[in-house]
Amino acid sequence: MTTRTTAERTYSIQRTGEVALAAIACLIAFVFLCLPIVAIIEKAVRDTSFFDVVSSSEVTDALRLSLVTTSISLVLVVVFGTPVAYVMARTRFPGHALLDTLIDLPIVLPPAVGGLGLLMAFGRRGILGEPLSDLGIEVAFTTTAVVMAQTFVASPFYIRSARAGFEASGEELEHVARTLGSSRTGAFLRVAVPVAMPSLLAGAVMAWARALGEFGATIMFAGSFAGRTQTVPLAIYRLLETGVEAPLVLSTVLIVLSFSVLLAFRLLLRRALLTL
Amino acid sequence: MPWRITLVFLIGFSLAIVAACGDDDAPSCNGDSFVGFTVFAASSLTEAFEAIEEHHYSGCSPARLSYNFAGSQALRTQLEQGASASVFASANARQLDLARESGVVKGTPVVFARNRLVVIVPTRNKAGIEDLQDLANDGLKIIVAGEDVPAGEYTRQFLENASSDPAFGADYGEDVLANVVSEETNVRQVVARVELDEADAGIVYATDVTDAVTMIEIPDELNEIAEYFVAAINGTDSSGFIDFVLSDEGQSILEDHGFMRVDQ
Repeated sequence: MTTRTTAERTYSIQRTGEVALAAIACLIAFVFLCLPIVAIIEKAVRDTSFFDVVSSSEVTDALRLSLVTTSISLVLVVVFGTPVAYVMARTRFPGHALLDTLIDLPIVLPPAVGGLGLLMAFGRRGILGEPLSDLGIEVAFTTTAVVMAQTFVASPFYIRSARAGFEASGEELEHVARTLGSSRTGAFLRVAVPVAMPSLLAGAVMAWARALGEFGATIMFAGSFAGRTQTVPLAIYRLLETGVEAPLVLSTVLIVLSFSVLLAFRLLLRRALLTL
Repeated sequence: MPWRITLVFLIGFSLAIVAACGDDDAPSCNGDSFVGFTVFAASSLTEAFEAIEEHHYSGCSPARLSYNFAGSQALRTQLEQGASASVFASANARQLDLARESGVVKGTPVVFARNRLVVIVPTRNKAGIEDLQDLANDGLKIIVAGEDVPAGEYTRQFLENASSDPAFGADYGEDVLANVVSEETNVRQVVARVELDEADAGIVYATDVTDAVTMIEIPDELNEIAEYFVAAINGTDSSGFIDFVLSDEGQSILEDHGFMRVDQ
Protein backbone atom coordinates (compact mmCIF):
# COMPACT_ATOMS: atom_id res chain seq x y z
CA MET A 1 0.00 0.00 0.00
CA THR A 2 1.22 3.42 -0.87
CA THR A 3 0.69 6.46 1.23
CA ARG A 4 0.82 9.88 -0.31
CA THR A 5 2.30 12.88 1.43
CA THR A 6 0.36 16.09 1.76
CA ALA A 7 2.58 17.73 -0.81
CA GLU A 8 1.88 14.99 -3.30
CA ARG A 9 -1.83 15.24 -2.69
CA THR A 10 -1.82 19.02 -3.12
CA TYR A 11 0.11 18.63 -6.34
CA SER A 12 -2.39 16.10 -7.61
CA ILE A 13 -5.39 18.34 -6.80
CA GLN A 14 -3.64 21.26 -8.41
CA ARG A 15 -3.03 19.23 -11.52
CA THR A 16 -6.62 18.06 -11.69
CA GLY A 17 -7.72 21.69 -11.45
CA GLU A 18 -5.39 22.74 -14.22
CA VAL A 19 -6.54 19.92 -16.47
CA ALA A 20 -10.18 20.83 -15.82
CA LEU A 21 -9.56 24.49 -16.58
CA ALA A 22 -7.75 23.67 -19.79
CA ALA A 23 -10.53 21.28 -20.79
CA ILE A 24 -13.19 23.94 -20.22
CA ALA A 25 -11.23 26.51 -22.21
CA CYS A 26 -10.74 24.04 -25.03
CA LEU A 27 -14.40 23.11 -25.03
CA ILE A 28 -15.54 26.74 -25.21
CA ALA A 29 -13.06 27.52 -27.98
CA PHE A 30 -13.99 24.40 -29.90
CA VAL A 31 -17.74 25.09 -29.72
CA PHE A 32 -17.22 28.75 -30.66
CA LEU A 33 -15.10 27.87 -33.69
CA CYS A 34 -17.12 24.90 -34.91
CA LEU A 35 -20.69 25.91 -34.23
CA PRO A 36 -21.00 28.46 -37.07
CA ILE A 37 -19.62 25.93 -39.55
CA VAL A 38 -21.87 23.14 -38.31
CA ALA A 39 -24.86 25.51 -38.25
CA ILE A 40 -24.41 26.42 -41.92
CA ILE A 41 -24.14 22.81 -43.01
CA GLU A 42 -27.04 21.72 -40.82
CA LYS A 43 -29.33 24.49 -42.15
CA ALA A 44 -28.23 23.89 -45.73
CA VAL A 45 -28.94 20.18 -45.50
CA ARG A 46 -32.26 20.56 -43.70
CA ASP A 47 -33.83 23.75 -45.06
CA THR A 48 -32.69 23.96 -48.67
CA SER A 49 -33.27 21.92 -51.79
CA PHE A 50 -29.52 21.61 -52.05
CA PHE A 51 -29.13 20.08 -55.49
CA ASP A 52 -31.65 22.40 -57.15
CA VAL A 53 -29.83 25.43 -55.80
CA VAL A 54 -26.36 24.06 -56.52
CA SER A 55 -27.28 23.51 -60.17
CA SER A 56 -28.86 26.95 -60.61
CA SER A 57 -26.95 29.18 -63.01
CA GLU A 58 -26.17 31.87 -60.43
CA VAL A 59 -24.46 29.34 -58.19
CA THR A 60 -22.59 27.44 -60.92
CA ASP A 61 -21.44 30.73 -62.51
CA ALA A 62 -20.05 31.92 -59.20
CA LEU A 63 -18.33 28.59 -58.47
CA ARG A 64 -16.79 28.39 -61.92
CA LEU A 65 -15.58 31.99 -61.76
CA SER A 66 -14.08 31.44 -58.31
CA LEU A 67 -12.22 28.30 -59.38
CA VAL A 68 -10.87 29.89 -62.57
CA THR A 69 -9.79 33.19 -60.98
CA THR A 70 -8.22 31.62 -57.87
CA SER A 71 -6.24 29.19 -60.08
CA ILE A 72 -4.85 32.04 -62.18
CA SER A 73 -4.14 34.08 -59.05
CA LEU A 74 -2.30 31.14 -57.50
CA VAL A 75 -0.07 30.75 -60.58
CA LEU A 76 0.73 34.48 -60.54
CA VAL A 77 1.44 34.45 -56.81
CA VAL A 78 3.84 31.51 -57.15
CA VAL A 79 5.59 32.72 -60.32
CA PHE A 80 6.23 36.22 -58.98
CA GLY A 81 6.31 35.43 -55.27
CA THR A 82 8.97 32.70 -55.31
CA PRO A 83 11.81 34.93 -56.65
CA VAL A 84 10.76 37.69 -54.25
CA ALA A 85 10.80 35.29 -51.29
CA TYR A 86 14.18 33.91 -52.37
CA VAL A 87 15.78 37.33 -52.78
CA MET A 88 14.35 38.54 -49.46
CA ALA A 89 15.68 35.41 -47.72
CA ARG A 90 19.18 35.44 -49.23
CA THR A 91 20.09 39.10 -49.43
CA ARG A 92 20.32 42.11 -47.15
CA PHE A 93 20.30 45.59 -48.57
CA PRO A 94 19.39 49.08 -47.33
CA GLY A 95 15.62 49.27 -46.99
CA HIS A 96 15.27 45.49 -46.66
CA ALA A 97 13.14 45.75 -43.51
CA LEU A 98 11.03 48.48 -45.08
CA LEU A 99 10.34 46.42 -48.19
CA ASP A 100 9.64 43.36 -46.07
CA THR A 101 7.02 45.25 -44.05
CA LEU A 102 5.48 46.63 -47.22
CA ILE A 103 5.10 43.11 -48.63
CA ASP A 104 3.32 42.01 -45.45
CA LEU A 105 0.98 45.01 -45.40
CA PRO A 106 -1.96 43.45 -47.31
CA ILE A 107 -2.26 40.85 -44.51
CA VAL A 108 -3.26 43.47 -41.94
CA LEU A 109 -4.93 46.03 -44.20
CA PRO A 110 -8.68 45.81 -44.57
CA PRO A 111 -9.24 44.36 -48.06
CA ALA A 112 -11.43 47.37 -48.86
CA VAL A 113 -8.31 49.54 -48.58
CA GLY A 114 -6.59 47.25 -51.06
CA GLY A 115 -9.55 47.56 -53.42
CA LEU A 116 -9.56 51.34 -53.18
CA GLY A 117 -5.80 51.36 -53.76
CA LEU A 118 -6.17 49.19 -56.86
CA LEU A 119 -8.87 51.53 -58.12
CA MET A 120 -6.66 54.58 -57.53
CA ALA A 121 -3.74 52.87 -59.27
CA PHE A 122 -5.38 50.93 -62.09
CA GLY A 123 -8.83 52.54 -62.37
CA ARG A 124 -9.68 54.82 -65.27
CA ARG A 125 -8.48 57.88 -63.38
CA GLY A 126 -5.70 55.95 -61.64
CA ILE A 127 -1.99 56.71 -61.72
CA LEU A 128 -1.29 53.87 -64.14
CA GLY A 129 -4.89 53.35 -65.20
CA GLU A 130 -5.31 56.70 -66.92
CA PRO A 131 -2.51 56.26 -69.47
CA LEU A 132 -3.62 52.64 -69.96
CA SER A 133 -7.18 53.83 -70.51
CA ASP A 134 -5.95 56.22 -73.20
CA LEU A 135 -4.46 53.18 -74.92
CA GLY A 136 -7.82 51.48 -74.70
CA ILE A 137 -6.95 49.12 -71.85
CA GLU A 138 -9.35 49.22 -68.92
CA VAL A 139 -9.15 46.59 -66.22
CA ALA A 140 -11.61 47.75 -63.53
CA PHE A 141 -14.87 45.76 -63.52
CA THR A 142 -13.40 42.88 -65.52
CA THR A 143 -12.40 39.35 -64.59
CA THR A 144 -8.81 40.58 -64.78
CA ALA A 145 -9.63 42.96 -61.92
CA VAL A 146 -10.86 39.99 -59.85
CA VAL A 147 -7.53 38.21 -60.38
CA MET A 148 -5.60 41.38 -59.51
CA ALA A 149 -7.55 41.85 -56.28
CA GLN A 150 -7.00 38.22 -55.30
CA THR A 151 -3.31 38.34 -56.14
CA PHE A 152 -2.87 41.54 -54.15
CA VAL A 153 -4.37 40.18 -50.95
CA ALA A 154 -3.02 36.61 -51.25
CA SER A 155 0.64 37.21 -52.23
CA PRO A 156 1.98 38.00 -48.75
CA PHE A 157 0.71 34.69 -47.39
CA TYR A 158 2.80 32.82 -49.95
CA ILE A 159 5.84 35.09 -49.80
CA ARG A 160 6.05 34.89 -45.99
CA SER A 161 5.91 31.13 -45.94
CA ALA A 162 8.27 30.69 -48.90
CA ARG A 163 10.76 33.10 -47.40
CA ALA A 164 10.76 31.22 -44.10
CA GLY A 165 11.35 28.00 -46.07
CA PHE A 166 14.33 29.42 -47.95
CA GLU A 167 15.78 30.87 -44.75
CA ALA A 168 15.49 27.59 -42.86
CA SER A 169 17.01 25.49 -45.62
CA GLY A 170 20.20 27.52 -45.55
CA GLU A 171 22.67 28.47 -48.23
CA GLU A 172 25.21 25.68 -47.70
CA LEU A 173 23.61 23.10 -49.97
CA GLU A 174 23.41 25.63 -52.77
CA HIS A 175 27.08 26.48 -52.30
CA VAL A 176 27.92 22.80 -52.60
CA ALA A 177 25.86 22.54 -55.78
CA ARG A 178 27.62 25.61 -57.18
CA THR A 179 31.09 24.12 -56.41
CA LEU A 180 29.98 20.99 -58.25
CA GLY A 181 29.38 23.06 -61.35
CA SER A 182 25.72 23.98 -61.04
CA SER A 183 24.68 27.42 -62.26
CA ARG A 184 22.98 29.92 -59.95
CA THR A 185 19.60 29.16 -61.52
CA GLY A 186 20.32 25.44 -61.47
CA ALA A 187 21.15 25.55 -57.77
CA PHE A 188 17.95 27.51 -57.12
CA LEU A 189 15.72 25.16 -59.07
CA ARG A 190 17.36 21.84 -58.18
CA VAL A 191 18.41 22.50 -54.59
CA ALA A 192 16.77 25.51 -52.95
CA VAL A 193 13.24 24.93 -54.24
CA PRO A 194 13.02 21.19 -53.45
CA VAL A 195 14.43 21.70 -49.95
CA ALA A 196 11.96 24.52 -49.23
CA MET A 197 9.08 22.66 -50.93
CA PRO A 198 6.95 21.98 -47.81
CA SER A 199 6.98 25.72 -47.00
CA LEU A 200 6.26 26.64 -50.60
CA LEU A 201 3.28 24.28 -50.66
CA ALA A 202 1.99 25.48 -47.30
CA GLY A 203 2.24 29.07 -48.52
CA ALA A 204 0.53 28.23 -51.79
CA VAL A 205 -2.38 26.57 -49.99
CA MET A 206 -2.82 29.55 -47.64
CA ALA A 207 -2.64 31.99 -50.55
CA TRP A 208 -5.19 30.03 -52.54
CA ALA A 209 -7.55 29.87 -49.56
CA ARG A 210 -7.19 33.62 -49.02
CA ALA A 211 -7.90 34.29 -52.72
CA LEU A 212 -10.97 32.05 -52.58
CA GLY A 213 -12.38 34.02 -49.65
CA GLU A 214 -11.49 37.43 -51.08
CA PHE A 215 -14.41 39.86 -50.92
CA GLY A 216 -13.62 43.49 -50.06
CA ALA A 217 -10.98 44.31 -52.64
CA THR A 218 -12.93 42.48 -55.33
CA ILE A 219 -16.22 44.31 -54.80
CA MET A 220 -14.41 47.67 -54.74
CA PHE A 221 -12.21 47.11 -57.78
CA ALA A 222 -14.09 44.59 -59.90
CA GLY A 223 -17.69 45.33 -58.96
CA SER A 224 -20.32 42.63 -58.93
CA PHE A 225 -21.59 41.09 -62.15
CA ALA A 226 -22.79 37.50 -62.43
CA GLY A 227 -20.46 35.28 -64.45
CA ARG A 228 -17.86 38.02 -64.93
CA THR A 229 -16.80 39.39 -61.54
CA GLN A 230 -19.24 37.84 -59.07
CA THR A 231 -17.14 35.23 -57.27
CA VAL A 232 -18.60 32.97 -54.58
CA PRO A 233 -18.17 35.44 -51.66
CA LEU A 234 -19.76 38.23 -53.72
CA ALA A 235 -22.58 35.95 -54.78
CA ILE A 236 -23.21 35.01 -51.14
CA TYR A 237 -23.42 38.71 -50.24
CA ARG A 238 -25.75 39.57 -53.11
CA LEU A 239 -28.00 36.53 -52.80
CA LEU A 240 -28.45 37.09 -49.06
CA GLU A 241 -30.64 40.04 -50.02
CA THR A 242 -33.18 37.77 -51.65
CA GLY A 243 -33.18 35.02 -49.05
CA VAL A 244 -30.93 32.75 -47.08
CA GLU A 245 -31.22 29.54 -49.12
CA ALA A 246 -28.69 30.12 -51.92
CA PRO A 247 -26.10 31.70 -49.58
CA LEU A 248 -26.35 28.64 -47.31
CA VAL A 249 -25.75 26.29 -50.22
CA LEU A 250 -22.83 28.31 -51.58
CA SER A 251 -21.31 28.57 -48.12
CA THR A 252 -21.59 24.82 -47.65
CA VAL A 253 -19.83 24.17 -50.95
CA LEU A 254 -17.09 26.61 -49.97
CA ILE A 255 -16.68 25.00 -46.54
CA VAL A 256 -16.47 21.47 -47.93
CA LEU A 257 -14.05 22.55 -50.66
CA SER A 258 -11.74 24.48 -48.32
CA PHE A 259 -11.81 21.77 -45.67
CA SER A 260 -10.96 19.04 -48.18
CA VAL A 261 -8.05 21.01 -49.61
CA LEU A 262 -6.62 21.82 -46.18
CA LEU A 263 -7.01 18.24 -44.96
CA ALA A 264 -5.56 16.69 -48.12
CA PHE A 265 -2.62 19.06 -47.91
CA ARG A 266 -1.99 18.18 -44.28
CA LEU A 267 -2.01 14.44 -44.99
CA LEU A 268 0.20 14.81 -48.07
CA LEU A 269 2.65 16.95 -46.16
CA ARG A 270 2.89 14.42 -43.36
CA ARG A 271 3.65 11.65 -45.85
CA ALA A 272 6.20 13.80 -47.65
CA LEU A 273 7.98 14.57 -44.38
CA LEU A 274 8.00 10.88 -43.42
CA THR A 275 9.60 9.84 -46.70
CA LEU A 276 12.13 12.67 -46.59
CA MET B 1 17.85 56.35 -31.95
CA PRO B 2 15.33 55.81 -34.69
CA TRP B 3 12.88 53.90 -32.49
CA ARG B 4 12.56 56.91 -30.26
CA ILE B 5 11.66 59.13 -33.17
CA THR B 6 9.15 56.53 -34.29
CA LEU B 7 7.67 56.36 -30.80
CA VAL B 8 7.37 60.13 -30.55
CA PHE B 9 5.79 60.21 -33.98
CA LEU B 10 3.29 57.46 -33.08
CA ILE B 11 2.30 59.10 -29.81
CA GLY B 12 1.93 62.48 -31.49
CA PHE B 13 -0.13 60.95 -34.25
CA SER B 14 -2.42 59.14 -31.79
CA LEU B 15 -2.91 62.29 -29.75
CA ALA B 16 -3.79 64.25 -32.88
CA ILE B 17 -6.41 61.67 -33.76
CA VAL B 18 -7.85 61.63 -30.24
CA ALA B 19 -7.99 65.42 -30.24
CA ALA B 20 -9.70 65.46 -33.61
CA CYS B 21 -12.33 63.04 -32.34
CA GLY B 22 -12.97 65.01 -29.16
CA ASP B 23 -16.53 66.01 -28.51
CA ASP B 24 -17.43 69.65 -29.08
CA ASP B 25 -19.32 71.24 -26.22
CA ALA B 26 -22.71 69.58 -26.28
CA PRO B 27 -25.55 72.07 -26.12
CA SER B 28 -28.45 71.28 -23.83
CA CYS B 29 -31.19 69.42 -25.51
CA ASN B 30 -34.91 69.84 -24.96
CA GLY B 31 -36.48 67.50 -27.51
CA ASP B 32 -37.04 64.12 -25.92
CA SER B 33 -38.96 62.42 -28.67
CA PHE B 34 -37.41 59.73 -30.90
CA VAL B 35 -35.38 58.58 -27.89
CA GLY B 36 -33.72 55.23 -28.46
CA PHE B 37 -35.34 54.77 -31.83
CA THR B 38 -33.79 53.04 -34.77
CA VAL B 39 -35.01 53.81 -38.25
CA PHE B 40 -34.18 51.44 -41.11
CA ALA B 41 -34.24 53.52 -44.27
CA ALA B 42 -33.49 53.11 -47.97
CA SER B 43 -30.06 54.54 -48.78
CA SER B 44 -31.54 57.17 -51.10
CA LEU B 45 -33.11 58.77 -48.00
CA THR B 46 -29.76 59.34 -46.27
CA GLU B 47 -29.43 63.14 -46.56
CA ALA B 48 -33.13 63.89 -46.18
CA PHE B 49 -33.49 61.79 -43.02
CA GLU B 50 -30.28 63.16 -41.56
CA ALA B 51 -31.70 66.63 -42.12
CA ILE B 52 -34.88 65.57 -40.31
CA GLU B 53 -32.82 64.42 -37.36
CA GLU B 54 -30.88 67.67 -37.29
CA HIS B 55 -34.04 69.73 -37.60
CA HIS B 56 -35.83 67.86 -34.87
CA TYR B 57 -33.02 68.13 -32.38
CA SER B 58 -31.55 71.48 -33.39
CA GLY B 59 -28.15 71.04 -31.78
CA CYS B 60 -28.73 67.95 -29.70
CA SER B 61 -25.65 65.89 -29.15
CA PRO B 62 -25.32 62.98 -29.19
CA ALA B 63 -28.14 62.00 -31.49
CA ARG B 64 -30.74 59.83 -29.88
CA LEU B 65 -32.21 58.59 -33.08
CA SER B 66 -30.13 56.09 -34.98
CA TYR B 67 -30.39 55.25 -38.64
CA ASN B 68 -29.45 52.21 -40.63
CA PHE B 69 -29.22 53.10 -44.32
CA ALA B 70 -28.94 50.34 -46.92
CA GLY B 71 -30.74 48.96 -49.93
CA SER B 72 -34.39 48.31 -48.94
CA GLN B 73 -34.06 44.62 -49.80
CA ALA B 74 -31.03 44.35 -47.51
CA LEU B 75 -32.92 46.07 -44.69
CA ARG B 76 -35.84 43.70 -45.12
CA THR B 77 -33.47 40.70 -44.91
CA GLN B 78 -31.83 42.19 -41.82
CA LEU B 79 -35.24 42.55 -40.16
CA GLU B 80 -36.16 39.00 -41.08
CA GLN B 81 -32.90 37.79 -39.56
CA GLY B 82 -33.83 39.41 -36.26
CA ALA B 83 -32.47 42.97 -36.47
CA SER B 84 -34.35 45.28 -34.16
CA ALA B 85 -35.78 48.58 -35.37
CA SER B 86 -38.76 50.86 -34.79
CA VAL B 87 -39.51 52.16 -38.26
CA PHE B 88 -38.87 50.81 -41.75
CA ALA B 89 -38.79 53.25 -44.68
CA SER B 90 -38.58 51.38 -47.98
CA ALA B 91 -37.97 52.70 -51.50
CA ASN B 92 -40.83 50.59 -52.82
CA ALA B 93 -43.96 48.82 -51.66
CA ARG B 94 -42.66 45.35 -52.43
CA GLN B 95 -39.95 45.14 -49.77
CA LEU B 96 -42.38 46.38 -47.11
CA ASP B 97 -45.07 43.96 -48.29
CA LEU B 98 -42.60 41.08 -48.13
CA ALA B 99 -41.58 42.17 -44.63
CA ARG B 100 -45.26 42.22 -43.61
CA GLU B 101 -45.83 38.79 -45.13
CA SER B 102 -42.99 37.34 -43.11
CA GLY B 103 -44.44 39.00 -40.02
CA VAL B 104 -41.50 41.23 -39.05
CA VAL B 105 -43.40 44.45 -39.81
CA LYS B 106 -46.83 44.93 -38.25
CA GLY B 107 -47.72 48.56 -39.07
CA THR B 108 -49.66 49.65 -42.16
CA PRO B 109 -47.42 51.13 -44.89
CA VAL B 110 -48.01 54.77 -45.82
CA VAL B 111 -46.62 56.59 -48.86
CA PHE B 112 -44.50 59.51 -47.66
CA ALA B 113 -42.42 60.57 -50.68
CA ARG B 114 -42.01 60.09 -54.38
CA ASN B 115 -38.86 59.98 -56.46
CA ARG B 116 -37.91 59.58 -60.12
CA LEU B 117 -35.01 58.10 -62.02
CA VAL B 118 -32.34 60.06 -63.88
CA VAL B 119 -29.19 59.13 -65.78
CA ILE B 120 -25.91 60.46 -64.42
CA VAL B 121 -22.60 60.76 -66.23
CA PRO B 122 -19.20 61.82 -64.89
CA THR B 123 -18.48 65.55 -65.23
CA ARG B 124 -15.67 64.75 -67.66
CA ASN B 125 -18.06 62.63 -69.75
CA LYS B 126 -15.28 61.03 -71.73
CA ALA B 127 -17.75 58.73 -73.46
CA GLY B 128 -19.65 61.74 -74.77
CA ILE B 129 -23.11 60.69 -73.60
CA GLU B 130 -25.54 63.48 -74.52
CA ASP B 131 -28.95 61.82 -74.44
CA LEU B 132 -30.68 58.63 -73.36
CA GLN B 133 -30.23 57.00 -76.78
CA ASP B 134 -26.43 57.16 -76.33
CA LEU B 135 -26.67 54.66 -73.46
CA ALA B 136 -27.13 51.90 -76.05
CA ASN B 137 -23.82 52.72 -77.79
CA ASP B 138 -21.33 49.89 -78.00
CA GLY B 139 -18.50 49.63 -75.50
CA LEU B 140 -19.86 51.84 -72.73
CA LYS B 141 -19.46 51.02 -69.06
CA ILE B 142 -22.78 51.46 -67.31
CA ILE B 143 -23.48 50.75 -63.65
CA VAL B 144 -26.94 50.15 -62.27
CA ALA B 145 -28.47 48.84 -59.06
CA GLY B 146 -29.09 45.08 -58.96
CA GLU B 147 -32.46 43.61 -59.87
CA ASP B 148 -33.42 43.04 -56.24
CA VAL B 149 -32.81 46.66 -55.26
CA PRO B 150 -35.85 48.93 -55.78
CA ALA B 151 -33.80 51.36 -57.88
CA GLY B 152 -32.66 48.44 -60.02
CA GLU B 153 -36.22 47.26 -60.46
CA TYR B 154 -37.34 50.74 -61.56
CA THR B 155 -34.32 50.95 -63.89
CA ARG B 156 -35.39 47.81 -65.70
CA GLN B 157 -38.97 49.08 -65.93
CA PHE B 158 -37.70 52.32 -67.48
CA LEU B 159 -35.66 50.36 -70.03
CA GLU B 160 -38.73 48.30 -70.87
CA ASN B 161 -40.83 51.45 -71.29
CA ALA B 162 -38.19 52.96 -73.57
CA SER B 163 -37.91 49.80 -75.65
CA SER B 164 -41.59 49.99 -76.57
CA ASP B 165 -41.10 53.59 -77.70
CA PRO B 166 -40.22 53.73 -81.45
CA ALA B 167 -37.83 56.62 -80.77
CA PHE B 168 -35.60 54.16 -78.90
CA GLY B 169 -36.22 50.90 -80.71
CA ALA B 170 -37.10 47.45 -79.43
CA ASP B 171 -33.47 46.49 -78.71
CA TYR B 172 -32.77 49.55 -76.56
CA GLY B 173 -33.20 47.88 -73.19
CA GLU B 174 -31.13 44.86 -74.20
CA ASP B 175 -28.34 47.04 -75.61
CA VAL B 176 -28.16 49.15 -72.47
CA LEU B 177 -28.10 46.10 -70.19
CA ALA B 178 -25.31 44.62 -72.34
CA ASN B 179 -23.21 47.64 -71.33
CA VAL B 180 -23.72 47.05 -67.62
CA VAL B 181 -20.42 46.14 -65.96
CA SER B 182 -21.52 46.01 -62.34
CA GLU B 183 -24.74 45.64 -60.40
CA GLU B 184 -24.55 47.39 -57.06
CA THR B 185 -26.46 46.49 -53.92
CA ASN B 186 -27.60 50.03 -53.31
CA VAL B 187 -28.07 53.16 -55.33
CA ARG B 188 -25.38 55.17 -53.50
CA GLN B 189 -22.74 52.74 -54.74
CA VAL B 190 -23.80 53.55 -58.30
CA VAL B 191 -23.34 57.28 -57.64
CA ALA B 192 -19.91 56.68 -56.06
CA ARG B 193 -18.70 54.69 -59.08
CA VAL B 194 -19.80 57.39 -61.52
CA GLU B 195 -18.33 60.15 -59.34
CA LEU B 196 -14.99 58.32 -59.43
CA ASP B 197 -15.34 58.28 -63.22
CA GLU B 198 -15.01 54.51 -63.18
CA ALA B 199 -18.20 54.20 -65.21
CA ASP B 200 -19.52 56.12 -68.21
CA ALA B 201 -23.05 56.35 -66.85
CA GLY B 202 -25.33 55.23 -64.06
CA ILE B 203 -29.06 55.20 -63.43
CA VAL B 204 -30.08 56.56 -60.03
CA TYR B 205 -32.78 58.59 -58.30
CA ALA B 206 -33.00 62.32 -58.93
CA THR B 207 -32.31 62.79 -55.21
CA ASP B 208 -28.92 61.07 -55.50
CA VAL B 209 -27.47 63.53 -57.99
CA THR B 210 -24.41 65.30 -56.59
CA ASP B 211 -22.28 68.21 -57.80
CA ALA B 212 -19.67 65.75 -59.01
CA VAL B 213 -21.86 64.33 -61.79
CA THR B 214 -23.97 65.60 -64.68
CA MET B 215 -27.63 64.67 -64.88
CA ILE B 216 -29.65 63.65 -67.93
CA GLU B 217 -33.41 63.75 -67.33
CA ILE B 218 -35.67 60.84 -68.22
CA PRO B 219 -39.01 62.10 -69.67
CA ASP B 220 -41.99 61.49 -67.38
CA GLU B 221 -43.79 59.23 -69.86
CA LEU B 222 -40.87 56.76 -69.79
CA ASN B 223 -39.96 57.24 -66.16
CA GLU B 224 -40.98 55.16 -63.20
CA ILE B 225 -42.15 57.14 -60.20
CA ALA B 226 -40.77 55.48 -57.12
CA GLU B 227 -43.09 55.51 -54.13
CA TYR B 228 -41.49 55.44 -50.70
CA PHE B 229 -43.41 53.69 -47.95
CA VAL B 230 -42.91 53.87 -44.23
CA ALA B 231 -44.34 51.62 -41.52
CA ALA B 232 -43.96 51.13 -37.79
CA ILE B 233 -42.33 47.79 -37.09
CA ASN B 234 -44.49 47.01 -34.06
CA GLY B 235 -47.71 48.49 -35.40
CA THR B 236 -47.60 51.79 -33.55
CA ASP B 237 -45.03 54.51 -33.88
CA SER B 238 -44.71 55.96 -30.40
CA SER B 239 -41.71 58.04 -31.47
CA GLY B 240 -43.81 60.26 -33.71
CA PHE B 241 -41.22 59.84 -36.45
CA ILE B 242 -43.75 58.80 -39.09
CA ASP B 243 -46.09 61.66 -38.12
CA PHE B 244 -43.24 64.10 -38.47
CA VAL B 245 -42.22 62.75 -41.89
CA LEU B 246 -45.82 63.20 -43.07
CA SER B 247 -46.18 66.65 -41.52
CA ASP B 248 -45.75 69.86 -43.51
CA GLU B 249 -42.31 70.38 -41.99
CA GLY B 250 -41.19 66.86 -42.77
CA GLN B 251 -42.48 67.05 -46.31
CA SER B 252 -40.67 70.35 -46.85
CA ILE B 253 -37.40 68.78 -45.75
CA LEU B 254 -37.94 65.89 -48.15
CA GLU B 255 -38.76 68.36 -50.93
CA ASP B 256 -35.56 70.29 -50.19
CA HIS B 257 -33.69 67.08 -50.90
CA GLY B 258 -35.30 66.51 -54.27
CA PHE B 259 -38.23 64.27 -53.35
CA MET B 260 -41.80 64.93 -54.52
CA ARG B 261 -44.27 65.74 -51.76
CA VAL B 262 -47.22 63.45 -51.21
CA ASP B 263 -49.43 65.91 -49.29
CA GLN B 264 -50.34 68.04 -52.29
